[in-house]
Amino acid sequence: MKIPLHITVNGQPREILVEPTRTLLETIRVDLGLTGSKEGCGKGNCGACTVLLNGMAVNSCLVLAVEAEGQEVLTIEGLSQGNRLHPLQQAFLDQGAVQCGFCTPGVLLLAKSLLDTNPHPSEQEIRTAIAGNLCRCTGYDKIVRAIVAASKQKVAP
Amino acid sequence: MNPFEYRRPKTLRETLRLLAAAKDGAKLLAGGTDLLIQLKERRTLPSLVVDIKAIPELQRLEHVSQRGLHLGAAVSLNRVLDYPLLAQHFPILAQACVQLGSLQIRSRASVGGNLCNASPAASTAPSLLCLKAQAVIAGPGGRRRILLEDFFQGPNQTALGKDELLVEVFVPTPSPSSRGCYLQLTQRQEMDIPMVNVACLLTLGRGGRCQQARVALGAVAPTPIRARRAEALLEGHALNSQAIQEAAEAAAKESSPIDDVRASAEYRREMVKVLTRRALQSCLEEAASP
Amino acid sequence: MTEYSFLGKSLPRLDAAGKLTGKAQYVADLNIPGMLHGVILRSPYAHARIRRLDVSKACALPGVVAVITAADIPASAGRAIMAEDKVLYGSHPVAAVAAVTREIAEAALGCIEVEYEPLPVVSDGVEAMKPDAPLLHPNLYTESMTGKASTPSNIANFTEFRRGDVEAGFAQAAVVREDTYRTQMIHHGYLEPQACVAQVDSGGKVTIWASVQGAFTFREQLGASLGLPLSRIRVVPMEVGGGFGGKNGMLLGPLCVLLAQKAGRPVRMVMTREEDLRMARPAPPTTITVKLGATREGLLTAAEVTMVYEAGAFASPLPPSGFVTGLSPYCLPNVKVNGYVVVVNKPPVGALRAPGAPQAAFAVECQMDQMAEALGMDPLQFRFKNIVTQGDRALNDLTYARIGFQEVLEKVAQHPNWVRPLEGKYRGRGLACGMWFGGVGSSAATLNINADGTFALLVGSVDLTGTRTIFVQIVAEELGVSPDEVSVVMGDTDTAPYADIAAGSRTTRQMGAAVQQACHDAKAELIRRGAASLGVAEGEVEYRDRRVQMKGHPEKFVSLRDLARASISTAAGPIVGRGASTRPSPAPSLAAHVVDVEVDPETGKVTVLSYTAVQDVGFAINPTMVEGQIQGAVAMGAGWALSEDYIFEDGILQNASLMDYHQPTAADLPMIDTAIVEVPSDNPYGVRGVGEPPIVPSLAAIANAIHKATGVRMSKLPMTSEAVWRAIRAQAKG
Ligand SMILES: Cc1cc2nc3c(=O)[nH]c(=O)nc-3n(C[C@H](O)[C@H](O)[C@H](O)COP(=O)(O)OP(=O)(O)OC[C@H]3O[C@@H](n4cnc5c(N)ncnc54)[C@H](O)[C@@H]3O)c2cc1C
Ligand code: FES
Ligand code: FES
Repeated sequence: MKIPLHITVNGQPREILVEPTRTLLETIRVDLGLTGSKEGCGKGNCGACTVLLNGMAVNSCLVLAVEAEGQEVLTIEGLSQGNRLHPLQQAFLDQGAVQCGFCTPGVLLLAKSLLDTNPHPSEQEIRTAIAGNLCRCTGYDKIVRAIVAASKQKVAP
Repeated sequence: MNPFEYRRPKTLRETLRLLAAAKDGAKLLAGGTDLLIQLKERRTLPSLVVDIKAIPELQRLEHVSQRGLHLGAAVSLNRVLDYPLLAQHFPILAQACVQLGSLQIRSRASVGGNLCNASPAASTAPSLLCLKAQAVIAGPGGRRRILLEDFFQGPNQTALGKDELLVEVFVPTPSPSSRGCYLQLTQRQEMDIPMVNVACLLTLGRGGRCQQARVALGAVAPTPIRARRAEALLEGHALNSQAIQEAAEAAAKESSPIDDVRASAEYRREMVKVLTRRALQSCLEEAASP
Repeated sequence: MTEYSFLGKSLPRLDAAGKLTGKAQYVADLNIPGMLHGVILRSPYAHARIRRLDVSKACALPGVVAVITAADIPASAGRAIMAEDKVLYGSHPVAAVAAVTREIAEAALGCIEVEYEPLPVVSDGVEAMKPDAPLLHPNLYTESMTGKASTPSNIANFTEFRRGDVEAGFAQAAVVREDTYRTQMIHHGYLEPQACVAQVDSGGKVTIWASVQGAFTFREQLGASLGLPLSRIRVVPMEVGGGFGGKNGMLLGPLCVLLAQKAGRPVRMVMTREEDLRMARPAPPTTITVKLGATREGLLTAAEVTMVYEAGAFASPLPPSGFVTGLSPYCLPNVKVNGYVVVVNKPPVGALRAPGAPQAAFAVECQMDQMAEALGMDPLQFRFKNIVTQGDRALNDLTYARIGFQEVLEKVAQHPNWVRPLEGKYRGRGLACGMWFGGVGSSAATLNINADGTFALLVGSVDLTGTRTIFVQIVAEELGVSPDEVSVVMGDTDTAPYADIAAGSRTTRQMGAAVQQACHDAKAELIRRGAASLGVAEGEVEYRDRRVQMKGHPEKFVSLRDLARASISTAAGPIVGRGASTRPSPAPSLAAHVVDVEVDPETGKVTVLSYTAVQDVGFAINPTMVEGQIQGAVAMGAGWALSEDYIFEDGILQNASLMDYHQPTAADLPMIDTAIVEVPSDNPYGVRGVGEPPIVPSLAAIANAIHKATGVRMSKLPMTSEAVWRAIRAQAKG
């Protein structure tokens, strides 16, 4: 039986009907067509599905859509403002932190949640924080550098 | 996932009613970081999933001075970790929570879920066993309160009846003179289930004499356990490296690990020794430093 | 060296913007109306006879549209993708279902009745070679240079290399050491699971959207496997969420097309991570015995190597390149290599980043350190004494043209991370080398000049490593325009000219050569037309700064823009530059890694403190992208060395999740320093392959560091905490 769900996605209130078995990731990707969030494992192990739920980074593959009732979701599609890249996105671009790109949306959102609570993390803090986001392409070096670079900028909210 | 009905009750009473009505078919949902995986793998096929995050009692997080911490069963680990008094009064709980899963997992995962899932390797269990935590349980017949060490009954088995739920974990404030340490051994630095985890809590008197000792082990027995013989070897004695070594060896003897994909039984048993010794040593060193 | 405007500069990747904003499209992001969901029934046994297979209940389930079994699959597709009478590895596909939802398709799998008769499982390559081992294939006869064996066995291939006289060589040696090394199976670890979507139109033409490294290669394999002419297949390559050799499309492609044909509707197949771990084509486990001999002065006199590469349940006809790459960095007068490829009841193996080479380098480079130690010689000095240079011969008899092997060692010798002392207990610094020849193949490119004098490049190669950006850099350089004036399209197999698979570190070299040629072709045409319009001979004009101008009279010119505009309105017609690279020569490259580790002697836990990768890349067209490739390869190598493993029980994988299959996280690694050496090859711009060499030395480098830290020689991978702890304990016990 489908249940009505009210959520705010990237600032826009949405109302849809979902099955209780639907994960938040499926709702975002299939019901809302926002395919920027990726599924790499479906088990909370890779971080590719990371979105911000009320500002907190979660694995959207391990959240039921119905659990998000009344909450705010930020996906990768909502990170930039129009054509202006978020400072993290710009730093990832400048530092060469993007390769295949499959981990990128999740890492960016995790990094945003990190900088929101800890604006100037150390390298070690960054490494620990992004440990839930696997990346096979970059060896993390340039990702870490990009997050450091973004943290050094005056980040406009 | 197999189809199920979803409910998000706002009161304990309603929750208990749902549980009673569903007979066997209900599953409680806190952070879902264990449950969703079980649902996806069809290891559990509930007809009803009851989301307990909207129940105020289960979100309680309050330190009542001198007495202890009321840790609501559904409070997320990140909220626990943000609680200002945690590191001060319950450092071994903080050390365990911060190493559980990833930041994303900790946004959702709860201590209650960790305990109710009752994995032998549950990260928060050894520290809570050392802290003499109590499980506050609600059921059709009212509330009951049991020691956490009586809560675990076997792998994924707890003392909870089918129509009961964990409301909170009550963690008594340890003596200000106590020193504790939580250590876990994982293959990866982060994001890994412990091969072995160990918590110790010592209350030291004058001259380094140990007034009270608690040693708890995880991932080396069907449930998280207290190493009572190790505790007995420590209590009442002046602690030196030999006493510590003996206690560590006793702890290893008390463990009954198995071989699995993460480690062999033999390695686990040896690592109990190493981690217990290191944890105890760290308590002593901390006690010695002003 | 030539001064370039755009080559050698770190332009940001052109594909990054789409990936940073979530707009980049991967296969799983497609949604085609009416699309069905395809899933696979996998065998729960590693070796069993199929007694009975009944799909009738599954077919009858509402919502199920098509079910296929081996009976629906042409023999040309082989039996690796679907078992016929026997399953030969755990998760060997037995049937596939397409249904309106994934849930229904999965439910249908549960309705399929299969009766298995379990057979004895052989899961170790060395065991499988024994004469009394159970046979996987009753008609597998060892192939070798001398022909086919007369009795069946599990040995699919036997390859020998002989040079000189090894007995005599060892007789000259002052030090001889022989040891055996083992490596495990590992997964590519690409973050995007295997996926494809297939659609068949009413005329029978197949369109398939795939996560593949080579659209054309995939099309050929698909055509051959299904007996379809290539004109009936259109492969649309999507963004690839990591490949590393593992995305050739053939795991799902044929099944997806057959389901779509049978269903008459589009079918989507996306693996779960568990399926990907169980069913993909991992790197082969190996058992390699290396015997080396050297004089007191440290000159190698002979090498004798026996290599056993497990093939999994089905063997590819080609011998692994590791048979050759392991010893090829060194001058060896006398060599004997015996290489075996052996089938076992495990998933068929496949290409993974420098296929076969890291395993061989693990054995050889560990043994090089053992020799250096026995000789009392610095490991770098020992390698210096034996390293190949121009004119020396590789094991495959290739005579090295200009190579930078020596230069790489020199760079190591001067590198601060090699020079500075490493202090602290249980810390050690390891060194290892590894080489890769670089794949060769052919590719073509088309460069259109737009009516306003900007450029549109069309290629059919898949961009795995930033090659789109590289090609734009090449066009901008060659035609003296800004990168903004160049667009690049990665076409599908119906629109783009042929391109070889993006593998073997070849795309930049090979497609880069085609792009360069297309630029030259376009430039030549511009010169022809410019000369005509100026009314002078071609020899009197030159192309420069967006103009065709008279040599010595730059004020007499015709602009690129005017030529472009004229091209679409005059009889001369549009200007199209065409380029095709015939097989470029291999451009061997050496990587040398220096790694510092710390070992906890009580737990065996290894921490990588610092990592430095030195590599000859010929010429770094885009240094940031080169570094990124190297760093990624090092991380993968660290996982291979320390934590990743396929743990089997009776041939069934026990750790099929990313929780228990331990790829390194950011917390497991330090920053990865890179030092680029540029000794040009004779490929265009002097480039050499970049993406594969840097994984080759990593396994041995870490093992050598652990040896220096603890004195224990880890001869088996992975070097998990427990494994290192065991080795330390065994050593303490003597
Ligand atoms: C990637 C990843 C990493 C992980 N790492 C670790 C780790 O390092 N250490 C570790 O110990 N665990 C780890 N886990 C497991 C899991 O995250 C923890 O056990 C977590 O604490 C579970 O809490 P939860 O709130 O998500 O539980 P849920 O999944 O909501 O519930 C778990 C179980 O307890 C029951 N339950 C929940 N609350 C109650 C209640 N109040 N009363 C009665 N029953 C209840 C549920 O019905 C369910 O059966 C990991 C999981 C993942 C996916
Ligand atoms: S897809 Fe959610 S963590 Fe991997
Ligand atoms: S860029 Fe490919 S996984 Fe991170």
